[in-house]
Amino acid sequence: MSALLDPFSYEFFVKGLSAAVMAGALCGLLGVWITLRGMSYIGHGLSHAIFGGYAAAPLLGINVALGAGVWGLASALAISSVVRRRRIGADAAIGVITTASFALGVALATSLSNKGPGLDSLFGSILGVERSDLLLLGLSLLVAVVVFTVRYRPLLFSTFDPEVAAVTGVNVPRMDALLMAVLSLSILSTLTIIGVTLVAATLVIPAVVARMLTDSFGRMLWLATALGAVSGAVGMYLSYHLEIPSGTTIVLTNAAVFVVVLAVTGGRSLRKAAGLDDHPEDAGTRPSLARA
Amino acid sequence: MTLISLDHVTFRYGDLPVLRDVTHTVDEHAFTGVVGPSGSGKTSLLRLLLGTEKPSHGQVTRRTGLEIGYVPQLQTVDWSFPVTVQECVLMARTTRRLIPWATPEERRDVAAALDRLGIGELAGRHIRKLSGGQQQRMFIARALVRKPQLLLMDEPTSGVDISTRHEVLHLLDELHRDGLAILLTTHDLNGMAAHLPHLVALQGRVVASGPPAQVIVPDVLEETFGARMDVLEHLGFPVVVDAADLRTGVA
Repeated sequence: MSALLDPFSYEFFVKGLSAAVMAGALCGLLGVWITLRGMSYIGHGLSHAIFGGYAAAPLLGINVALGAGVWGLASALAISSVVRRRRIGADAAIGVITTASFALGVALATSLSNKGPGLDSLFGSILGVERSDLLLLGLSLLVAVVVFTVRYRPLLFSTFDPEVAAVTGVNVPRMDALLMAVLSLSILSTLTIIGVTLVAATLVIPAVVARMLTDSFGRMLWLATALGAVSGAVGMYLSYHLEIPSGTTIVLTNAAVFVVVLAVTGGRSLRKAAGLDDHPEDAGTRPSLARA
Repeated sequence: MTLISLDHVTFRYGDLPVLRDVTHTVDEHAFTGVVGPSGSGKTSLLRLLLGTEKPSHGQVTRRTGLEIGYVPQLQTVDWSFPVTVQECVLMARTTRRLIPWATPEERRDVAAALDRLGIGELAGRHIRKLSGGQQQRMFIARALVRKPQLLLMDEPTSGVDISTRHEVLHLLDELHRDGLAILLTTHDLNGMAAHLPHLVALQGRVVASGPPAQVIVPDVLEETFGARMDVLEHLGFPVVVDAADLRTGVA
């Protein structure tokens, strides 16, 4: 029993656990919007893009959080703009923007390891959580909750049906930008604990599992947030005992939850989450009998 | 009274001309079908009426305070999205309100719109579990909950079966008789267009405008669709048949 409670006597673990719970809840909440908008790949790319700013900020002599935040927001808005305009393939544009930024970050982090963020930020570290990280995470979570509460309706409408939402008076580009800003801030604040390469999984998996369990958008928000928080806590605990990066244990915990839910609910829930559920009465699949 | 007028409107998508010199008026008694093949400019015309696109030349004038309801094509919707019928209709009610949950007044308005469309008992059902006709009714309810004077619909019978097509047609007729102006696009000449009181044939420009008897005629159809078609008559309605089918006996 003492072995189980032992880590709580260390301040670094309590800080790490607090950060993991907040990061998991934040990613779970945000992931619902991201996955339903079909933006999972953007979340993945953006986390890589932010790493460039994260590494470049010390070189430029500016605050790391500020530098990475501005870099990430600029990348997010660029990606959002490319996706909306569809001038070139969105996946190709995201690939170019984010991998170039990531490569720059790796180069800078490697060559300036005494000043830069270090490669721990690729996979997250239980040891890396500072008080400032907790404050940034708390602020990000607060911002996300406030934004998703007061802008719930236009965000939901523009996620479900952007064309009709625009006709009805919703400023869809502004909603896209708002979501991107929250996403950038959230990824930035979770980099330390989850890491660049794994943050996309914490965005996607709780939301997908929640979607497998419910048909209600409201319940999906609560479920994904709770699943993210619990997976964060369990993952952090495992990270301490197994002595492996916290990002990997958090993602593996999420993945385990996914497998359990899939096993319990069967393939039907997965098809539902993927939008492939059986729909015998689906009008869209019926052949038209109109001749002319 | 005129709700929207297009005055010599030209619209380009980039360098591509889509609509040329279109003049058309939508009045408060309109029940109009815009017919034409894919690429004829039907969707662009709808967007100009909605105000989501601006004309390259010419002028679009809307009556002050005009509220427009819009119903998109069913095929454009993500039917796996986790919302119920009630939540879907509520989205359009008030987008500026800062609280996420519905007020009692909003719930009453949504319930009234669903009851008017005959799907009140389906309010708590997931949108994926509706039939084609029920899906169309839900989107019309979402448009009506904003109390519009004009309803615009994009291909309301595209990809639906015969019974759903009849259901939608009768529903629109009822709404029009209740005082709602309606303009819809359709490529379904026999099942939809022939039953509407007014048609506009579009092929980058207005080829013809008037009642079905004036628009569903071989010359207009050939100019609009680029293929020779013959027109028969059945129970007082024009019926379009492919001229090649008549020659080969495949009617």
